[in-house]
Amino acid sequence: MKLKKGIPVIDQGNRLGFWGGKFGGNFVPETLKKPIEDLEILFNKLKNNSSFIKERDAYFKNWIGVPTRFIKLNNLTKYVGGAQIWSKVVSDANGGAHKIYNATVHCLLAKRSGKKVIIGDTGAGYAGKMLSMAAKKFGLKCKIFMGAKDIKRQQPNVNAMKKNGAEVIPVYSGSQTLVDAVSECMRYWVANCDTTAMCVGSTVGPAIFVRICGWSTSQISRELKLQLINEFGTVPKKLKLYNCVGGGSSSFGFWNEFMDYDKKQVEFIGVEAGGPSKSQKHAAPLTYGSKIGILHGAAQYVNQNSDGQIEETESISAGLDYPGISPLHCFLKDTKRARYTAASDEEALKAYQIVTKYEDLRPSLEPSHAFSVAIKEAKKLSKDTIVVINSCGDAYKDKKILEKKLGKKYVKSN
Amino acid sequence: MLNPISLAFKKAKNERRPALLTYTVAGDSSKKQSLEILKSISKYADLLEIGVPHNTPVADGGQIQTSSYRAIKNGIKMKDIFKIVKDFKKSKYSKPIILMGYYNMIYQFGENNFLKESKKSGVNGLIVVDLPWPENRMFSKKCKKNSINFIQLLSPTTSNKRLKSITKDSHDMIYYISMLSTTGGKLKVSPKRILQNYNKIKIISPRKNCVIGFGITEKTISKFKSADGLVVGSQICKEITRSLNNRQNPVINVSKMVNKLKNKIS
Repeated sequence: MKLKKGIPVIDQGNRLGFWGGKFGGNFVPETLKKPIEDLEILFNKLKNNSSFIKERDAYFKNWIGVPTRFIKLNNLTKYVGGAQIWSKVVSDANGGAHKIYNATVHCLLAKRSGKKVIIGDTGAGYAGKMLSMAAKKFGLKCKIFMGAKDIKRQQPNVNAMKKNGAEVIPVYSGSQTLVDAVSECMRYWVANCDTTAMCVGSTVGPAIFVRICGWSTSQISRELKLQLINEFGTVPKKLKLYNCVGGGSSSFGFWNEFMDYDKKQVEFIGVEAGGPSKSQKHAAPLTYGSKIGILHGAAQYVNQNSDGQIEETESISAGLDYPGISPLHCFLKDTKRARYTAASDEEALKAYQIVTKYEDLRPSLEPSHAFSVAIKEAKKLSKDTIVVINSCGDAYKDKKILEKKLGKKYVKSN
Repeated sequence: MLNPISLAFKKAKNERRPALLTYTVAGDSSKKQSLEILKSISKYADLLEIGVPHNTPVADGGQIQTSSYRAIKNGIKMKDIFKIVKDFKKSKYSKPIILMGYYNMIYQFGENNFLKESKKSGVNGLIVVDLPWPENRMFSKKCKKNSINFIQLLSPTTSNKRLKSITKDSHDMIYYISMLSTTGGKLKVSPKRILQNYNKIKIISPRKNCVIGFGITEKTISKFKSADGLVVGSQICKEITRSLNNRQNPVINVSKMVNKLKNKIS
């Protein structure tokens, strides 16, 4: 299995949509073949169309507010005492997380295809919140599928979705989290694909959704590359990019532009959710060697039992609480372009405390996982190493959990 | 010699009626009870579909999901499902068995191993909901080699070009999904229109036995008498749930229901 240079990773799948010949694909009911093919044709046409890209860039600039900041974390660097620690503050984006890029592109596509309704899944609630924002902006009716357990633990985002006029549909099946929300959303699409567009909230699902999402979030690394050159005059000789990985949309977008660099120069570190340290359950299929299986239309490493039933996950961060992982990351793991590890719930919380103590930055529980590993590793790295962490979400949505786990003093008001 | 699936259709045709296909989930509500249900309904049904329960089904509605979760909760495993088929095949009214499920269950068992066990236990056909054409070409060939029918699915969204290719690659039986819906949805298209689509398939592929599924219930079944076969699934699963909730015997209730269904198309 080999990563090709000079070809975007999203376009490196084979004719049937498999990366490396085995990850991804289209394991979907017959009914969805046609709408998926329609979307493929539309996206393949538009992704190189200059007027479409111009339109996208205008919304990204004027509405999402790109570029997001790239800042040095001076106090944290001093505290850690090793590599220089920087952050790409993607949570600056309109709505407070990277999910806005994919949501915006899906709404643009839905408009082009003449669909009036758009549906989406959500875990932490960001994908849902952003889709509801974009749907409102583009005049589309919006339905969001969300696990009942996630609705309880991510109330601020649920309120935002409702305020934007979206219908939030609670999902009570299975573990009542993201995995069930995606299943229910796909089922709804099976029954309504003639009138409705579907947005999959991460780089997961049938191949076309993986591609659209990866294409959308790549905005992050396009900006970062310019910002690095602006700051250092060139892409640094020792650069390490840390990102949390749930489905894998923010990390893929954070890395994409640097794919062709040698990994000795630009290393990618993906941090999965290890779950509570005392629990056997986790959401880290790459770190803990889960087997390949089929989930939500794609072949990927996925937590499952020997029979093939998908296993329940456990993580403090709803956004990482997913048993599978993007086929793109499976591909990056097996081609050894990226390195994957995990942080536990406790480690993420600890990192959140450290970051908020030293910096005016408030990463949500998802990027706190990445901060945890970055802080640990930066200690042992030379001063000329540039560590960048994608702070891809804001902790406002985690208020309730943080108050419960750490007490009120750690939760700044918003 | 005709294979058991084609034979079952031929027999129904001789009686001038569509074949009746039932769908129940293996292990719902227990291994023993699901076998008893199969044994009792096989007096009336012509072919029996057995659902392989999966916990992230992307095409099943509420009724079948409920049955599947119940079966998984009660500990059903792949090897138990083959055992159920084997035991059923020894019973008095043995009928052709079609396993229906999601590809991950086959993938984890290993395609070859799965087919070997299927053949050994007496499975006659397979429906894999999320392994569409052309992705299923290799696997469907393997099925044929093992004398197992790989049953291709067609839906209202299937283009004419696809329809031709799929029917060409199909074996003795094809499954037409009546409407855009998960299983168990209310019939939202008129039977007339569904039959129009069905006839389109029959013109392209007159010799293949084509069944209609999704939205077929006691209420609607008599409107589709001209089809080769009709599948009832969700309503049966719902009856099992209802019986359990009312502390009644699902075996008796489901058997009664299937008898009624048969009478409506006879």
